[in-house]
Amino acid sequence: MKEMLIILFTAILVENYVLMKFLAICSFLGVSKKLDAAVGMSFAVIFVMLMATAATWPIFYYILDPMELGYMQTVIFILVIAALVQLVEMILKKFVPPLYRSLGVFLPLITTNCAILGAVVLNITKTYTFSQSMVNSLGAGLGYLLAMVLFSGVRSRVDTADVPECFKGIPITLVAAAIMSVSFMGFTGMVENLFK
Amino acid sequence: MNKLKILVNGIIKENPVLVLVLGTCPALAVTNSTINGVGMGLAATFVLICSNVVISLLKKAIPDKVRIPCYIVIIAGFVTIVQLMLQAYMKSLYDALGIFLSLIVVNCVILGRAEMFANKNSVFDSFLDGVGMGIGFTLALFLMGALREIFGVGTFCNIPIPGLSSEPIAILAQAPGGFFVYGFIIAILNKVSNGKAVKRKSFDCESCPSHAGCSGALKGGCGR
Repeated sequence: MKEMLIILFTAILVENYVLMKFLAICSFLGVSKKLDAAVGMSFAVIFVMLMATAATWPIFYYILDPMELGYMQTVIFILVIAALVQLVEMILKKFVPPLYRSLGVFLPLITTNCAILGAVVLNITKTYTFSQSMVNSLGAGLGYLLAMVLFSGVRSRVDTADVPECFKGIPITLVAAAIMSVSFMGFTGMVENLFK
Repeated sequence: MNKLKILVNGIIKENPVLVLVLGTCPALAVTNSTINGVGMGLAATFVLICSNVVISLLKKAIPDKVRIPCYIVIIAGFVTIVQLMLQAYMKSLYDALGIFLSLIVVNCVILGRAEMFANKNSVFDSFLDGVGMGIGFTLALFLMGALREIFGVGTFCNIPIPGLSSEPIAILAQAPGGFFVYGFIIAILNKVSNGKAVKRKSFDCESCPSHAGCSGALKGGCGR
């Protein structure tokens, strides 16, 4: 249990996928303009990330690894994610229309979201067990949600701030993200001490 | 279009990282040293050239509706080749790039060029576009990597620089430094060119490379 909590909080805070590992920067900067969009996107990411982990972990350890096809990992994983996203979109559309209306628009963006592929590949690289992988993916998703929600608040202030002409738009957004990243550096070493 | 123009286009006028602001993930993540930045750039260049050529060859064979998954599979194949080559011959670079090597698959620059250029143009033009874009990407990563290494660690390609290596600005080589340096480079480009150089003005739906294939965009943009 303690070990699971350490994995969870490490993924959320210390190794935040967006601010410390630079995964999914495109969507982090693109969709964080409005809070509701940021939250919707984050839940779509959490959902797909957990599904993708549940699908890829058994594929790697029960099919690829015994057949010594480990090098096909990248090709197989991205195909599984693409198929999964398509499948989830169709199922939601047919059976849970309200959920489809709120998450549907974000799903096509998720195939090429590097946090998903990053999380499933990292679970294999770190040789996590199935339950550890699921916890790590949940943490990665929650970390993404945290970063998105916090940053959409920062963005709404930054966009109205009076900054030098050459910093308007992209540069000031990046500098704001840098300052948020500095604050996440403060969590380094916290988790180990928290669960001593 | 003039052949030379296609080649030079990706290096300066439409530099993928500095002008179009694409491929931000690798540009921020692996540029903590010059060598890593250039290594990542060259790996992505190889994938970009090969995928551009193959996609251009297959542009009539790939059905329009499933083109994005087809592109991803082609790109993933070449990424696997790069991974195996680096693992065999350059183990230290393979370890340093880590997960970002497999993430070349979802790099917006490569997918964007497939969508915007290779599926419309001839094989040779696509090859030139791949070379130009690749060089542009590598140069941008070299610039970021060099700046972060010189000021963050005080070395250049692991050679200490007198005066800087004793008291470097350590934060520039760490995670926040990537955002800082990238933001400042774009701001300086804006200043020097009076806001003309950087084509992508903000992070929104229209400037996303997946725009054409994204059903979210058809419904009025992500999150609307």
